[in-house]
This record gives sequence, structure tokens and C-alpha cells, in this order.
Amino acid sequence: MRKLYTVLCILVLISAGSVQAQDLLQGKISGNFQLDAQVYKADSAIGAEEVSERMLMNAFANVLYTQGNFNAGMRFESYINPILGYDKRYKGTGVPYWFASWEKESFGITVGHFYEQFGSGMTLRSYEERNLGYDNAIKGARIVFKPYQGIVLKGLIGTQRFFWEQGPGIVRGLDGEFALNDIFRNTSENMPRLTLGGSFVSKYEPDADILVNGNEILILPENVAALSGRFNLNHKGFMLDGEYAYKYNDPSAVNNFIYKAGVSTLLQASYSQKGFGIILSGKVTDNMSFKSKRTEKGSVLDINYLPALTRQHAYTLSAMYPYATQPNGEFALQGQVNYKFKKGTVLGGKYGTDLAVNFSRVTSIDRDSLDSTTPLGKSGTLGYKTNYFAMGDELYFQDFNVEIQHKFNNNFKALVSWVNLIYNIKVIEAHDEPDVKANIFIADATYKFSSKNALKAELQHLSTKQDEGNWAQAMFEFTFAPRWFMTFIDQYNYGNDDKDRRFHYPTVAVGYTQDSNRLSVSYGKQREGIICVGGVCRTVPASNGLLITLTSSF
Amino acid sequence: MKQLSMLLILIVFTFSTAIAQDSENNLKKLPTVSIKNLSGQTINTAELNNDGKPMIVSFWALWCKPCINELTTIADVYDEWTAETGVKLVAVSIDDARSSAKVGPTISAKGWDYEVLLDVNGDFKRAMNVNMIPHTFLLNGKGEIVWQHTSFSEGSELELIEMVRKLNAGQSIN
Repeated sequence: MRKLYTVLCILVLISAGSVQAQDLLQGKISGNFQLDAQVYKADSAIGAEEVSERMLMNAFANVLYTQGNFNAGMRFESYINPILGYDKRYKGTGVPYWFASWEKESFGITVGHFYEQFGSGMTLRSYEERNLGYDNAIKGARIVFKPYQGIVLKGLIGTQRFFWEQGPGIVRGLDGEFALNDIFRNTSENMPRLTLGGSFVSKYEPDADILVNGNEILILPENVAALSGRFNLNHKGFMLDGEYAYKYNDPSAVNNFIYKAGVSTLLQASYSQKGFGIILSGKVTDNMSFKSKRTEKGSVLDINYLPALTRQHAYTLSAMYPYATQPNGEFALQGQVNYKFKKGTVLGGKYGTDLAVNFSRVTSIDRDSLDSTTPLGKSGTLGYKTNYFAMGDELYFQDFNVEIQHKFNNNFKALVSWVNLIYNIKVIEAHDEPDVKANIFIADATYKFSSKNALKAELQHLSTKQDEGNWAQAMFEFTFAPRWFMTFIDQYNYGNDDKDRRFHYPTVAVGYTQDSNRLSVSYGKQREGIICVGGVCRTVPASNGLLITLTSSF
Repeated sequence: MKQLSMLLILIVFTFSTAIAQDSENNLKKLPTVSIKNLSGQTINTAELNNDGKPMIVSFWALWCKPCINELTTIADVYDEWTAETGVKLVAVSIDDARSSAKVGPTISAKGWDYEVLLDVNGDFKRAMNVNMIPHTFLLNGKGEIVWQHTSFSEGSELELIEMVRKLNAGQSIN
């Protein structure tokens, strides 16, 4: 590692200092950084634990160097110590990400750490979500080869990030994507656009002694392969997209060490035209967890990505019970209609009215035991049989929501939303409690009292007879464009059955933004809950104190 | 500690170089990243251009309320902006496989006239050093990034169009 730092230092110093060398002057350096520091106060009432360091901090900085076809970069990360809600194994400081790449039109090579996705990610997706502490970057090499117009071939090999180390498994992948219209040179708009793709991913993990059922030693496959095929058809507003993946036997801690193959099918169809859009999606997943470490159960070392087919809510109370994909099996359906009532009509008013209706429903898959003597999912066996396209009996999640947005005049606009949820808290959070049935109402209005100053008021209400009962939330945000904002929020659990737990969670925040630099300071109580960003969630414990976030790009 | 000080030196050097480069007008252009548009075609981001006129590149996502707010606010005045300055806005969605298929139907219903790209694995976002969204870049007629800005509040779009007008008038930004 020392040598590496020296080499990279020299590289950057040369480019920075050398004024004589004409070529190197063409190189450009850019980057970004972010710092999150939280000062904690113990608050036993809401469950905010004592933090012995008093202050925890996460920080990272990216530096990118570009010159012609050559790119190099690195990321410096520091968790001294990681803020609550981040895995404690992140503790430390270092450079866990660096790369060098060279790309021409038909050929590209990257060495070092990189992110990649094949199709929708069913066989392979390595990505980062810094605000959640999610990072399964691959360290190794990747080649991209475009032998002909419309054909993209990719090959990669490496190990995955595991905090400050690498995971034990080696991941190898090949992907081919064929844009038929470009290959056969028929790109006229009257021709439907068809793209086909396929991938092959294989992981190697050395054999290990794993005992199940008391005394059985498993014969483990050292190499596990996954294949997938996909297509995408696009024509004048219609879109049809599908992917199918098959994973060979992969006994792991997530699937309770069964030898059943994994299968996943995704199908999406949509139609879009000005003022109207509709989409229907269906996904059946069976035993598709694919990690580069057999015994791992956390949100690390995933080779693939299994997204939840549910709507990501943008308001705190409607996002209080978010669905998390069940990799061992689920049957998901989602439908959404977006419509705009035109300007000038009764419901459209002067500027038009946006309506969005969304429905999603996720159930278990239909499983049967292998025979009369083997219990369902017994380790060391094939586990179970599935009746593949049949829905199981257990409801995991259901969400019906309607959202209406309307601009009344140049100074006033509003949004109202209703969400009806059924959340199987036993399956999703492993709390043995009845399903949470909740209704959430949201009203969000913005009033501009001058061209650059506005007040946003958000009122939210969640009613449920389960879990912690009813919640109400009010938020007022003053913005003084483009630099300042000030926010007051209070979340109140007034409906809790336990009168002593009817807490208020107030927070005050102030922020300053200048171009791409932003500083925000907030003080108050935060409820224990789940933060979801772009589909991945992390739980945050209750906390009380000060949070400072600084971010910048250059 | 040695690691820390070495890396701090590294960061100081890159910062000073960045400042030095800006003063030499060695501005960054769009990087080469392959991402798709709503029709399923692969686009090379380095080839995005607006025929010598200013261009806005804005990173957003369906789950980001301030982003939708910014793009809706600009959509209300986009026709006027285009007629006056010839500016074009490219809206890059960082929605991943969970919601990228919903981008097309949602924005068609909203009636946005922007060129929309789908950066499903964050490759373009990473190459542009975007941290939090919304993050908006302004490029001059030569495709050079002259200004960038994160977060959105009501009225921020007035600052953006002012800069576009300055570019058209041949003035420099800040």
C-alpha cells in the first residue's frame, strides 16, 4: 500500500507541478468531499444510547484526474468513529478505492476498484451508496470491448470490498449487449428498437467445513455460476423489458444452506405520451441471494442486486414502513398511472394538475416441501419445490397511493397524498407482531412571498392501530434562494398506547449553500427508524444531538 | 498518522492545482461515459452538446423531491428560456433498477421537454463528482463546465437563467 501511495502521489505532483510538460497541462483534476459529524447526548427516554466518544464522524474525499483517454482516481475515507447507523467495521481511515483506466472508442480497460452493472443487476451489480454505507466495489480488472457498432462486450474479475479488506470470494463476469438496430444499421424512428443481452457470472470461494443438522458436513460447491438473458423493446412510447436469471446451487447462510437453484424473472411494460404514462411490472424471485462469502448475512458482499418493486416514498411518515426485498423468495407486482389534467380544464386550472396513482403488492412464493419427511427449507437438502408463477399465501407488503399536485398561481402550489399500507412487520423486520395497517395523509404547500423567498409547510399524519400507533408531523421550511434555508420539524407519536412513550422529536436545521458547497447544521431528536436512499435502507438508532454535514464538489 | 499527512498533502496539492487550473481557464468538459436514453439508445456523454449554445446538465431522481421541484419550476419557464437564449437542459436521472423504468411514464405525464438520460449505476454521477442531488451544471458554448450548484430553493432558477444570459452576452461567470 505504501508503494501505491507513493506512485499516486508522484503522479499527481507531477501533473500539478510540471508546467513545462505540454501534454500534462491538458490533464484536469476534479473531485468532491463530504463530512458528517454528529455530537450525541444520551436520552434514555427515546432510546438514544450513550456514545462514549461524544462525537462521531464520517468523511470522504474523491479526486479524479482526466487526460485524454486516461483517467485515474482515488477516494480517501475516514470514519473516526463511524456515526451511529453505520457498520462499526468501517472504523478507520484509508484509501479503499483507487483506479486507473484507459478508454478508446472500441476498447477500454480499468484496473483497481470499479463499479459495474449487468442488465438490471440480477446477476451482477457493484455500486456505492455513500449515505447508507453501502459499497461492494470490485477490486481487480475490467475490459470493455466494442468490436462492432451496437455490440458491447464486458469481462471482469476481482474480489469485493469488505470494509477495509476484501471478501474471500473471487467474482468473474462476462456480459454481452447487442443493440440490433445499430448492428443492422436500421435506426429509423419507424423501426422498433430491440436490444438483447446476456451475462455469465461465476464466483469462487474455497471449501469450508460447515456443519448442519447437528453433525452433517456439507459438500460445498467452490464455483457457483449465474446466467441471465434480457431484452428491451422500445417503439414510439411503448416499452417492454424483461430479464431472466438462473443461479446454480449456492448453499449459504441466507438460504439456510439449501442446494436449490435460484431463479428470478422480471417483466415490465409501459406506455408514455405527453400528459399520460402507465407502467406495469412483475417480478418473481426465488432463492436469488448471491454473495461472495457463504456465511455472510448482512448488507455486504452482495454480487447481485434485487430491487424492491415498490414505490420509494419521499415523505417521512409515508416512508416509515419501507419494504425490503426478501431474497429467498417473493412475488411482486406494481402498477402506476401518471396523468396530467390539462391547463384550462376544470380540474387542470391555469397550470394543469398532476395525478399519480400507484399500487404494489408483494407476497411470498408458493413453496411445497420436497416430500412428507423433509421439513421445508431443511439445510443440506434441495430445500423445497416451487410452483413458479404462483403467488404464495403470505402477504408481505401492499401499498396503494394517490398523489395530486397543483400550482394555483405564481406564488402558491400544493401537493396532497394518501397512502394505504399493509406491512408484514414479522417478515420484514423480524418483530413477531401483527401486520401494520396504516393510512397516511400528507399536505405539502409552498408559498412564495417574494421572488427568492419562500415558506414550505408540510403536514403529515399516520394512523394505525398497530406498532407505535398514530403519528403526526409538521415541518416549516424557510428558504432564501439561493443560499439559505431554515427548517423546523416536529414528529409526535401522540397515539402510542403507552402514555409514557408519546414522545416529541423536534429538530431545527439551518443551511448555507454557495454554488456546489453546502453546509447544514441540525439540532434535535431523531427517531429510531429506517433511512432509505435510492432503494437501499439502513436503520438509524434513536439519537439526540447536533449533526453537521459539509459537502463540496470542485 | 503518516498516511494521514501524506494524503492531506495530496489533497492540498490537488486543491491548489484545481485553483491554478481554473485561473488558466483549463476548464473541465463532460467526461466519456456510456449511458442510455429513454429510447434505449446508448449515448456517449462527452458528445452531449447544444450547437455552440449554453447547456444545463441536471442530476435528479424520482425519489428526490427538491430535484422534481427544480425541474418542474424550470419546465414552467423552459419555453421562454429556450426562445430567449437557446439553452438546452439535459436531465440525468440517477434512479437505479428499482425505479428507472418509471422515469419515462412519469416525465411524459408531466410534459417535460428535456433530454432525459438514465444513469442507472451512477457512472456519470461519479465521473462528474456529484455527491448530493439536485446537482446542476452549466456549460458554455464550448462544452466547458463554467458553474455548478447543489440543492434547490424557490427562486434559484432565476440565478441560473441570469448566468445563461451572461454566457450568451459573452461575459464571464463570477
